[in-house]
Amino acid sequence: MGIQQTFYEAMREHGITRRSFLKFCSLTAAGLGLGPEFAGTIAHALETKPRTPVIWLHGLECTCCSESFIRSGHPLAADVILSMISLDYDDTLMAAAGHQAEEILEQTIEKYDGNFILACEGNPPLNEDGMYCIQAGKPYVEKLRRMADHCKAIIAWGSCASWGCVQAAHPNPTRATPIHKVITDKPVIKVPGCPPIAEVMTGVITYMLTFDRFPELDRQGRPKMFYGQRLHDKCYRRPHFDAGQFVERFDDEGARKGYCLYKMGCKGPTTYNACSTVEWNGGLSWPVKSGHGCLGCAEDNFWDRGSFYSSVTNLNVPGGVELTANQVGGVLAGAAAVGVAAHAAASVISHSVDSNKGGKQS
Amino acid sequence: MKINVASGPHDPANQKAVYVFEAPVRLWHWLHTFSFLVLAVTGYLIANPLPSLAGEASDHFLMGNIRLIHFIAAYVFAIGFAVRIYWALMGNRYAREIFYLPFWKIEWWKGLFHEVLFYLFLRRMQDKTLGHNPLAQAAMFFLNTLMTFFMIGTGFALYGEGLGSGSWADQMFGWIIPLMGGSEAVHNWHNMGMWVMITFVVIHIYMAVRADIIGRESSVSTIIGGWRMFKDDQP
Ligand code: HEM
Ligand code: HEM
Ligand code: SF4
Ligand code: SF4
Repeated sequence: MGIQQTFYEAMREHGITRRSFLKFCSLTAAGLGLGPEFAGTIAHALETKPRTPVIWLHGLECTCCSESFIRSGHPLAADVILSMISLDYDDTLMAAAGHQAEEILEQTIEKYDGNFILACEGNPPLNEDGMYCIQAGKPYVEKLRRMADHCKAIIAWGSCASWGCVQAAHPNPTRATPIHKVITDKPVIKVPGCPPIAEVMTGVITYMLTFDRFPELDRQGRPKMFYGQRLHDKCYRRPHFDAGQFVERFDDEGARKGYCLYKMGCKGPTTYNACSTVEWNGGLSWPVKSGHGCLGCAEDNFWDRGSFYSSVTNLNVPGGVELTANQVGGVLAGAAAVGVAAHAAASVISHSVDSNKGGKQS
Repeated sequence: MKINVASGPHDPANQKAVYVFEAPVRLWHWLHTFSFLVLAVTGYLIANPLPSLAGEASDHFLMGNIRLIHFIAAYVFAIGFAVRIYWALMGNRYAREIFYLPFWKIEWWKGLFHEVLFYLFLRRMQDKTLGHNPLAQAAMFFLNTLMTFFMIGTGFALYGEGLGSGSWADQMFGWIIPLMGGSEAVHNWHNMGMWVMITFVVIHIYMAVRADIIGRESSVSTIIGGWRMFKDDQP
């Protein structure tokens, strides 16, 4: 943990060869869509910059982000990045345990105050003073706040840290709360997904470590390079959508022919993620490619939006009413039509009564 | 809003036609009607697409065309409304009626109450109005004017997602998406907005035709020709 050690030195110490290191730099440049000339920039930065420590905290979560991260499609990238960051603190991956592990946090604050990156997987529950998630005898939210106070920037890994995800789904009994709503005085980058794609995670962290800043973010704090477009914008089944060719049932001819899954509830048109371009498991496949619609896992509140198998989903009116626009609208417009017909009938009667009286109506 | 120019109960002055809806208002009304109908039909088909087509994808562009028609009608709808707002500032006082509610006037509330009773068959005589009667004005303000803003805002926010981040539509309307809780929510509320407007239109057309047939004043012919004519000579 020498303060002056560079990323490159740290990697060499972990048995990464120069050749692998340079390969990693060009892979990263390509992965970030930066063009070949940036491989040199990245290599130079990693060779000269002192290593930025990364502290990886776990709140309420399922560890799927970590699982995704360590299965990065390029084993090389995983190796390199783990050697870059696992040196510090990650209670799932590190060797130290118990008091020894907790000490590392205090040491990091001492040595690198204001200079380390806080990567958060999962989120803190706030109800009952945070006692639904206790670590080392204390509520997780206290640990999060303490580390956040001294860090440089925060990465919110996955939909839990970014939006709340399943533990924050209605009725959210523990009041699980996304990071940016708990820590408001530090920059937070959101990398949503349940889990996020490995290459997206390694890409984001490498960018931050090499360039010492966030990549360009969108309005909601997500890196544009991976979350700038909806799956639907780059989906290979999009021609079938535009043609009007849909899977109507999972066992029909359209399903066999690989038609668009919109009618089966595909959330590609409303979901910002890189699944349709980067794909999963090293570019092997992604949900639509395997014949199932996107669930929208990278979007805020995706558990509570209603059916995963319908193109029109719930309106989410406060109060937990589970109705779609089609249901509410059908009743509204239907009632209006019936009301109009009844009123018309009543008008005819009332009008003829008036006319018979020599009425003053018209 | 009563016409109080005439002295007696029967006076031809009570029957004098008045020019209410100027040409731009009438033109806009029919542009608005037509583009709304196109938007509602195509919008419904975007949310609930037609049965799947067979054959090669390259043989068809059905969904693409439905969306294209939706977007063309959307531009007509939005630009028409922008011109209509301009005319609210330039035109006669009736051109402003659908953009505000004179809730500070006791007369207006009385008129509103009277109209409600009238449509509940509890009053025999409808008040004569030159512009919109208070009930119609309230319905138009909430269910048409505000909903039109809402549909244009949410519609162009969704449109900006397709044009891409940084596009003009994204820059002008993109903020609506996080505000409403995400793209899916905007789709669903945009869809709900359509149903609210359809409900308005069903009642609106009924009342317009009803007023024309058994009301005291011209209605449909007024929104076509501009002149408000009266069928009796009472105040
Ligand atoms: C009163 C006017 C309008 C009505 C009734 C209407 C109706 C609809 C409906 C029902 C949908 C389907 C919603 C869903 O995905 O569940 C839709 C989608 C959409 N509308 Fe509108 N709309 C109107 C105005 C506009 C305007 C002014 C725009 C601006 C360009 C617009 C742009 C869109 C877009 C981009 C979509 C999404 C298309 C897609 O997902 O492929 N709409 N509209
Ligand atoms: C064939 C269908 C329609 C007919 C016969 C019709 C008839 C009329 C009539 C008679 C008026 C004048 C009301 C008055 O005298 O107070 C009017 C005004 C109006 N209508 Fe319609 N209408 C139709 C469709 C629509 C639709 C589809 C919309 C909206 C989506 C709409 C929105 C309005 C608005 C906003 C006004 C007020 C105009 C202004 O003051 O600028 N109408 N319509
Ligand atoms: S399968 Fe989903 S993402 Fe792909 S075109 Fe159809 S709706 Fe869009
Ligand atoms: S396809 Fe949709 S649900 Fe599946 S991982 Fe990607 S964003 Fe999540």
